[in-house]
Amino acid sequence: MIKMENIWRVYDTGKIKVEALRGINLNIKEGEFVAIMGPSGSGKSTLMHIVGCLDTPSSGYYSLDGTVIQEVDDNQLADIRNQKVGFVFQNFNLLTYASAYENVELPLIFSGVSAAERHRRVTDLLKRVGLADRMDHRPNELSGGQQQRVAIARALVNNPRIILADEPTGNLDSQSGEEIIELFNELWRQGNTIVMITHDPNISNHCERIIRLKDGLIENGVYQGEAADIGK
Amino acid sequence: MKSWYLFRLFTREMKKQRKRIALTVSAIAWGTLSIILLLAFGQGLKLQLGKANKGLGVNIVIMYGGQTSKIYQGLPRGRTIRLTDEDVTLLKEKIPQITAISGEYDLYGASFTYGKKTLTERVTGVLPAFEDMRTHFPQAGGRFIDALDVNERRRVVFLGDELKQRLMGDDEAVGKIITINNIPFKVVGVLQKKMQMSMYGGPDADKAVIPSSTLQTLEGRQYLNRIVYQVSDTRWAPYVERQVFTILGKKYRFNPDDDKALYIWDTIKQTAIASTILDGIQIFLGVIGALTILIASVGVANIMYVSVKERTREIGVKRALGAKRVHIRRQFIMEALFIAISGGLIGGAAALIIIKILQGIPVGDGPLQFLGKPTFSLGIALATASILGLVGLAAGYFPSRRAAAVDPVEALRYE
Repeated sequence: MIKMENIWRVYDTGKIKVEALRGINLNIKEGEFVAIMGPSGSGKSTLMHIVGCLDTPSSGYYSLDGTVIQEVDDNQLADIRNQKVGFVFQNFNLLTYASAYENVELPLIFSGVSAAERHRRVTDLLKRVGLADRMDHRPNELSGGQQQRVAIARALVNNPRIILADEPTGNLDSQSGEEIIELFNELWRQGNTIVMITHDPNISNHCERIIRLKDGLIENGVYQGEAADIGK
Repeated sequence: MKSWYLFRLFTREMKKQRKRIALTVSAIAWGTLSIILLLAFGQGLKLQLGKANKGLGVNIVIMYGGQTSKIYQGLPRGRTIRLTDEDVTLLKEKIPQITAISGEYDLYGASFTYGKKTLTERVTGVLPAFEDMRTHFPQAGGRFIDALDVNERRRVVFLGDELKQRLMGDDEAVGKIITINNIPFKVVGVLQKKMQMSMYGGPDADKAVIPSSTLQTLEGRQYLNRIVYQVSDTRWAPYVERQVFTILGKKYRFNPDDDKALYIWDTIKQTAIASTILDGIQIFLGVIGALTILIASVGVANIMYVSVKERTREIGVKRALGAKRVHIRRQFIMEALFIAISGGLIGGAAALIIIKILQGIPVGDGPLQFLGKPTFSLGIALATASILGLVGLAAGYFPSRRAAAVDPVEALRYE
């Protein structure tokens, strides 16, 4: 599903060069539930953004679901973000003026899905995340947990090949956080591939595999229960 | 299909962001409205002043007899020159550039009666040429003095509109008999209402006009009070003036260069000065208009720019969800067009309505008559709305284009 070889990401602000990623090698298979952990500044988010095609690597080889990212143009990249990746942000990133329904519908508009089909999929998903009675509410009328459910529904609406979550519980109280994690677990059990950044060991314990980052490098990758080297 | 979805998304988001859109639209509408009104008043002022300037007559020169100030052919200085009907005929014959000419006899303090009403007013005796030259146009149903009246010394009178109103009220005047100094006169016409800025001896609306021959005979006059003539083109005026001095100088034996021998009031020069002042006013209003556009532009740019941070995030979110650059760009152009067009339309329509209302208000004869006739200009409306629309587009478009050009994660991170 994901294959990365020697990925570098260097931010060049003119005065200083920051090497956020310094040669990442990573393989993620279909159906995996991977946690990415590491201290802040270790490059977790940068890696996640590159995996989700929100950012482009400075060098290296990256293929997502058979597509080599360096070889596609901007419009194709937009289609990949639209079709193959579902991204869940720590701060939700919902459109504040749009209702829950409209937020979830947005990716379908960009992929040109008909209105009837959009309606079917959006209501279906909002029901699935337990927000059937909140469809017309705006983000500021929803609790943090509910907002994150909207964001998850939005990430799922185009049936992506992979779900990426950048600290999805970071802005939530523990109760809502647990509910969200339970939702991710359920999605994983249904066969989705999930990559999630987290600080919380309780959460990472749910995962099949933990990747630890430090200073832009993968420190180790551990399958729960058995030690394995991921860097190959 | 896809464009249609985008358009629907656009209209939906416009509805959601009503406050910002309404502010921008009203900034443009307000700018358009104030500039149109400002320049409309300027244009109206110009038209009204132009009309008022024509109240006395176009391209006319008024001439009085004077006193010689130079010794000429053995004659002393200080001789009085007095003009007669013969001079009128002579000048008309000799100077082809004079298109119309008339002598004038004044009779002040004439007593007018109609029924039980008595007034003391002024009468002048003139020739038929006066009608066109001095804009003495009759109201419907009446006429001005004609050649037959002059030849037969008829006792007919043409009344100024305000004099008629005071003397006869709302009565139909044409055909009625009034008396002037106890002599009966038949009213043949009443002056059309007109604006008059320049005048001698009082406004035309307040006096009565009779045939010059009639006045001359009744009062036993030998000399004219003045001669009024009209030249075919303003460029001829100096030449004609020289010719008048030469011809009359020969007849009355004064030095043609003696500029005290005749007193000349050249209204053409006066009109030229007035039109220079008007141009100045127009330029002044134009500058104020430009400053108004500038202020409105700052307002529009400000509103658009304030929302850049929020909108950059929004663009980042949309891009993260799969929007292409062209989608983002199209939406912004649609928005700018919508704002500029609706702002321009609202401002233009409001200005048009205000102008129509103002035009409908009777302004009377006060200073308001110069301001009360604003004139709408479609060109100015279009220009203003497009300038403000472009400013709005630039202020919103360039930050958005930048937001759409970078990786989505940068737009999401924008502070």
